Amino acid sequence: MGKNKKELLSLVACIALYAVVQSLIMLDVIGPFWELNLILICINVILAVSLNLINGFTGQFSIGHAGFMAVGAYLGAVLTVKLQLPFIVAILGGAAAAGFLGFVIGLPTLRLDGDYLAIATLGLGEIIRITILNIPYVGGASGFMGIPRFSNFTWVFFATVFTVFFIRNFINSTHGRACISIRENQIAAEAMGIDTTKYKVMAFTIGAAFAGIAGTLFSHYFYIAHPASFTFMKSFDILTIVVLGGLGSISGSITAAILLTFVSAALASYPEWRMIIYSLMLIILMLYRPQGLFGNKEISLKIFGRLMGGNKRGNTQGN
Amino acid sequence: MDFSITQQFLQQLINGVSLGSIYALIALGYTMVYGIIKLINFAHGDIYMVGAYVAFFATTTLKLSFFPALIMSMVVAAIVGMTIERLAYRPLRKAPRIAILITAIGVSLLLEYGGMLLVTPQPRTFPALFESQVYTFGNIVVNSQQVIILAISVVLMVILTFVVQRTKIGKAMRAVSFDTDAARLMGIDVDRVISMTFAIGSALAAAAGMLVGVYYNSIDPLMGIMPGLKAFVAAVLGGIGVIPGAMLGGIIMGVIEAMVSGFISSTFRDAAAFAILIIILLFKPSGLLGKNVREKV
Repeated sequence: MGKNKKELLSLVACIALYAVVQSLIMLDVIGPFWELNLILICINVILAVSLNLINGFTGQFSIGHAGFMAVGAYLGAVLTVKLQLPFIVAILGGAAAAGFLGFVIGLPTLRLDGDYLAIATLGLGEIIRITILNIPYVGGASGFMGIPRFSNFTWVFFATVFTVFFIRNFINSTHGRACISIRENQIAAEAMGIDTTKYKVMAFTIGAAFAGIAGTLFSHYFYIAHPASFTFMKSFDILTIVVLGGLGSISGSITAAILLTFVSAALASYPEWRMIIYSLMLIILMLYRPQGLFGNKEISLKIFGRLMGGNKRGNTQGN
Repeated sequence: MDFSITQQFLQQLINGVSLGSIYALIALGYTMVYGIIKLINFAHGDIYMVGAYVAFFATTTLKLSFFPALIMSMVVAAIVGMTIERLAYRPLRKAPRIAILITAIGVSLLLEYGGMLLVTPQPRTFPALFESQVYTFGNIVVNSQQVIILAISVVLMVILTFVVQRTKIGKAMRAVSFDTDAARLMGIDVDRVISMTFAIGSALAAAAGMLVGVYYNSIDPLMGIMPGLKAFVAAVLGGIGVIPGAMLGGIIMGVIEAMVSGFISSTFRDAAAFAILIIILLFKPSGLLGKNVREKV
């Protein structure tokens, strides 16, 4: 009972947060610039949490997440622009396509481990991008233009809440435990009768599907889907968020997504410094705190609620 | 019709071999580092960029001729490589491998964007250091840059093979790569050997960078990303950790790429490299010349 109550409470907290932010947007207290950043935060949270499922919880090092995002972005745009379908269908379609691709790609490649998997996923992400670049139907190198702006704070926020709840519940389920056991020790997990391939592919597919959702939301906010938005630099961006927050910590990913989105917003006029700061952060983090800000700990609901309310006191030291 | 296809094939073969020898030079650094500390040194492609820029400034600002500039860029890149190893990778020797891999990605981004800040993102025109001569055999065209690239790559590879097979440091490198702990017990200074490996690998990458500058006449701070990834693919293709494998893999990679851009479409050139990677990883992960190693618990 206590668990359900907690669950309900966090849902109420999310809705309250939504109500506050949405009314601030309606009252024009939050202008277009900050609205853009709020939307970017949400999209980054979806991307980071879904990548964290693959990298942090299942321990499979994937750096091709931008490829799945691209699939969602383009397929969603095809559904709304070319086929005139409603936005929700586009989101689901983008998720399904990216998830399907994740499944097809994951099945053979997840047999690889460690750095080989990393480089294979990097390669696949690039193959996806180059393939899209060569399809004239979706605009080729000049990008898919004229996408209506269907994404707004409401859509993006609730997609984020859904993602976080889904992945958190997945991790706390039998399947999620199996994924964590693969991260801890694959051979031992196998000896315990866990079908490691099945769970690796499952985590990869779910992660890819949510990246697809993020992609659809992304292209329907910026009016355009461009191949250059989905290079492996984008994958590294997402990876930075996950690593900074802590591999295996959802609240870490959320905090890091908020933090880094603000950092890049603050550095908007010095774009050349952004990547330098990101890269130094990655190096210094690995040297002095390889487990990230939160390690694989989660912050408790109480602090979580306060954090979501905009109070950054949740920066507790994990471990 | 059939005749012209043969001709085009031969032409692309020549282009591919000269491009491939550049990949081979970069791939050697990847493969040597991987052989010793099992790290995919993502920053390696950027060392190649550093080499190209040092050569650029050596020839334009310092007005050096080809060979002094080549040596200067190799030396500077070797120092940069050793510094990176010392500052970023050595403290993580005992950390999980993923941590070192992320650090390598960080170093790579730092070199790329730090480079952009230092030398501006605009591409620069590499000065012509030779009078370009074009030799034609029938309808097949070979230019002097291609000859120089091939000649220098071969010389460097011969020197490398000599160093690895015949000298004391080479023997130490092979020992460390075979079994680090046993090598340490035999009194080999493992840290110094690793440092030397980075130096040699980086010097080769710098040479490749300068040759590319001479060949394409244009360099920019992000020039190392794609060749770096492709050279890594070449190293995997030949069998990572195996030195002749990197040379073979590099050449094959260059030829395939030239064929794809010659016969299919140049936009698919980059995809071809990654497709090769996936195929090789799935069917023969140890690479063409690699040995199968069983994983022990």
